[in-house]
Amino acid sequence: MTTAGLERRGLAELRGPLAFVEGVSGIAFHEFVDLVGSDGETRPGRVLSTTEKGAIVEVFGVTDGLQLDASRVRFHGRPMRFSVGLELLGRVFDGLGRPRDGLPPPACEERRTINGSPINPCRRAYPRDFLETGISSIDALNSIVLGQKIPIFTESGLAHDDLAMQIIRQARAPGVERFAVVFAALGLPRDTAERYLTGLQASGARGRLVAFLNLADDPAAERLITPRLALTAAEYLAFDAGYHVLVVLHDITNYGEALREISAARGEVPSRKGYPGYLYSDLASLFERAGRIAGRPGSITQIPIVTLPSGDLTHPIPDLTGYVTEGQIVLDREIARRGVYPPVAVLSSLSRLMSDGIGEGRTRDDHSDVAKQLYAAVAHVQRARGLASIIGVEELTEIERTYLRFGERFERELLAQAGDESRTIAQTLDRAWSVLRELPRAEMIRVRAPILEKYFAS
Amino acid sequence: MSDIAGRITEISGWVVRARANVPLALREVVLVGTERLIGEVIALDRAEATIQVYEETEGVAPGDPLFATGDPLSIELGPGLLGGIFDGMQRPLRSLADAEGDFIGRGAQMPSLDREKLWDFIPEVEAGREVHEGDVLGRVLETPVLAHPIAVPPGISGKLAWIASAGPRRIMDAIARLDDGRELTMLQKWRARVRRPVREHLVPDAPLITGQRVLDTFFPLVRGGTAAMPGGFGTGKTVTQHQLCRWAEADVIIFVGCGERGNEITQLIDELPRLVDPRTKRLLAERSILIANTSNMPVSAREASLFTGVTIGEYYRDLGYDVLLLADSLSRWAEALREISGRLGEMPAEEGYPPYLSSALAAFFERAGSVVTLSGGHGSLTIIGAISPPAGDLTEPVTRHAARFVRTFWTLDRQLAGARVFPAVSTRSSYSEVPPGVTSWWSENVSPEWAATRDGALRFLEEASLIEETARLVGVDSLPERERYLLQLSSAFQEGFLQQDAYDASDACCAPARQMTLLETFMRARSEGLEQIGKGAPVSTDFAALQRMKTEPPS
Repeated sequence: MTTAGLERRGLAELRGPLAFVEGVSGIAFHEFVDLVGSDGETRPGRVLSTTEKGAIVEVFGVTDGLQLDASRVRFHGRPMRFSVGLELLGRVFDGLGRPRDGLPPPACEERRTINGSPINPCRRAYPRDFLETGISSIDALNSIVLGQKIPIFTESGLAHDDLAMQIIRQARAPGVERFAVVFAALGLPRDTAERYLTGLQASGARGRLVAFLNLADDPAAERLITPRLALTAAEYLAFDAGYHVLVVLHDITNYGEALREISAARGEVPSRKGYPGYLYSDLASLFERAGRIAGRPGSITQIPIVTLPSGDLTHPIPDLTGYVTEGQIVLDREIARRGVYPPVAVLSSLSRLMSDGIGEGRTRDDHSDVAKQLYAAVAHVQRARGLASIIGVEELTEIERTYLRFGERFERELLAQAGDESRTIAQTLDRAWSVLRELPRAEMIRVRAPILEKYFAS
Repeated sequence: MSDIAGRITEISGWVVRARANVPLALREVVLVGTERLIGEVIALDRAEATIQVYEETEGVAPGDPLFATGDPLSIELGPGLLGGIFDGMQRPLRSLADAEGDFIGRGAQMPSLDREKLWDFIPEVEAGREVHEGDVLGRVLETPVLAHPIAVPPGISGKLAWIASAGPRRIMDAIARLDDGRELTMLQKWRARVRRPVREHLVPDAPLITGQRVLDTFFPLVRGGTAAMPGGFGTGKTVTQHQLCRWAEADVIIFVGCGERGNEITQLIDELPRLVDPRTKRLLAERSILIANTSNMPVSAREASLFTGVTIGEYYRDLGYDVLLLADSLSRWAEALREISGRLGEMPAEEGYPPYLSSALAAFFERAGSVVTLSGGHGSLTIIGAISPPAGDLTEPVTRHAARFVRTFWTLDRQLAGARVFPAVSTRSSYSEVPPGVTSWWSENVSPEWAATRDGALRFLEEASLIEETARLVGVDSLPERERYLLQLSSAFQEGFLQQDAYDASDACCAPARQMTLLETFMRARSEGLEQIGKGAPVSTDFAALQRMKTEPPS
């Protein structure tokens, strides 16, 4: 029984982005519909729940100005699909996958549903190929591997756009040529989105970029579709066409808020801070679409950007994101105030897939020793700074003051780098040693003896 | 089972309502729509049944058919579980991948256990004998490290009319017949949500050694006991659990990946087959089972996965083994409860969780235990539940309720993790009951001084942390020499005892005797150092040597 082509005139109720249709039956869950107002304009939508008597439709478009009786709903008899193919490369779409670059729709043959299917855990390949970003704070201390999902936790006004773009421009991996970038703007202000596009296209990434733009004033309901389109495109490029795909989803906080908005309109029981109880599963349905599949050449690496509401790491969105993703890169306002770019907070950042992606044959034999020693030393710097703020620098012991000097050099020489400066992992590790030499050799407790012998003195 | 039992009337996500024309039972498994998606009846009224569907429901429409199975959610038990990887409703993920490809499609149905595989059955009783539930009829070697006794299922007894001779048998082949004509096979089914019967529950009293210093020495686990391990993200929960899988001295390991990351499960799937069990020199895969229901797999199956795991655990316990089950994580499972409850429009209790969160947690943890089995043997099921408290807040409902049902509580600390001290088990906020059996085990097998040394070390850590608080206010240099020394020693202790490197072959597992040696060395250094300070003599403690000791071969 298909409802393709079925049309129903008149709505029972309109509430925000939701339209209630009565007197139709057999409408499938998640079926794709068109809602046509008396203005003649067509707004796409999706069935959120359905009974024998009618359906609730989530409308992707402006519902202002719609009337109950003068509106028509057309049912498509199938879920929403998106056409995939290599023709996607170089194209810019809106949040619902319609061309935004003035060109006709790409002539792709294959249409796919946008929700994807879970990868069978038995068929995943564990990610362990180092992705060099050319950024020391990431490569040395929070190394990313192809197929990882690692968000940037940031605050308004920090340089996350620059950092994301620098990662996209500089990302490379040994032996990997087929890189593609999928960028999804989720509720971004127009100028930020344009900045991304211009920046990425100028960098020569144009021919390997697919962009989906849902802007700040686009409908919230549409925002729930945009990342799924982006990931459907990414899955095609990675697992069918063999590309290593970098997916940037910016900003997940806007996505979460859209989810809350729709949930509230449906009258659902809210969980923490009004977000729906299924926020975790919903975020997981996006982030888990990263990874690698055994026997297939490509990969999907996700870098979602999460703006922490008032800097709060414990807010439901960053909190639940952190439980799905494989680590986080945290940007810090205090470091930014000291004029350091990128302002990566080393101790609160973490890459969970780092340990298997680094070391001899992958990066360098001293990488894990250097990283462990830097963590320990930076933690010590923090304690020394805390102490200095109470009793004053003069009262500190010699070793504490040495750590303060190390902290200074660490920020200036390793953390900080120019927006167009790309360092190889060897350059990064050499810099790290140069900074570590500020400390006495006896402090190198996390470095194995042969590594210390090989690198510390030179 | 192929007859249409009703029609779907409503679909809202994975909650579906249907009007049935045959009587359905609460918790009965039903098949939804033309694709026959698996679901479970979770509420019934005169007019309609409410069903939670274990798969994506996109495309299901009112009017679609409903099929009944007449059975509740049941777990298949028998040879072939070990080394297996199953989803939350016990579908075999490897076979599913072979049949369906890299992505998990919908409506895929496949028996949990291989029907065709031949097992070498060796009978152990003779026909004519009276047999009772739990009695062993024979055995097969399930893997080279684990013999699998074939037992009479619970609830069955009678006179044995016939038993199969030694030879290869499939799990559905009859291996015995009772004189009332009932045939027994190697396959048993058991309802996932019902505990399996035992002859007697014992008080768990013996330690389950894990090779992890901070756990075994300070916060020991007992065989048949329960532990909760709360840790915010980035506190090393995963690595700690993998360590427990590898090194804990249990016969069978069950890991339930419940709503967690796909790549993490893949790492386990990749690593387990290759890991060598230090004691048997055999592969760990030969005695472990993985339940993998990742965060993007259906929520209802996530809710079921804990009970799937625990039912398998009880089964091996009943065969006389010590089983360790790790569930990662209870938070994701509780969120599944919350999602389901929310979709049903139930009145929420604290933070949106349903009011029955606590009793659901109790139903899970209470299935742990040390038992006398139906056949008179001994077995145990130890349960460790990892918790991912939102925002690392230990007062949140899941942590708080779990704490009421466990005897061991390992708190993972973000500050320790930040300083890369792993396992980041906080010595201040963790606790464990130490039953007399644990103390006597250590004193008989390791050293009679264990309890005194351990208590001394705990007091030392407590004193050091108080000193640290003072130091934060007045500065280390303002402290008296004795306090400064204790502070220095406690930081060496953190580095040289508490911190244990999972990736360092010489440090990943630490035998009890070695744990005791390290502990004694530190405590001796402490008394000597304090004595020297008391005399005004220079302190001779070699802190660097103390820190390195753990990775150096014992002299």
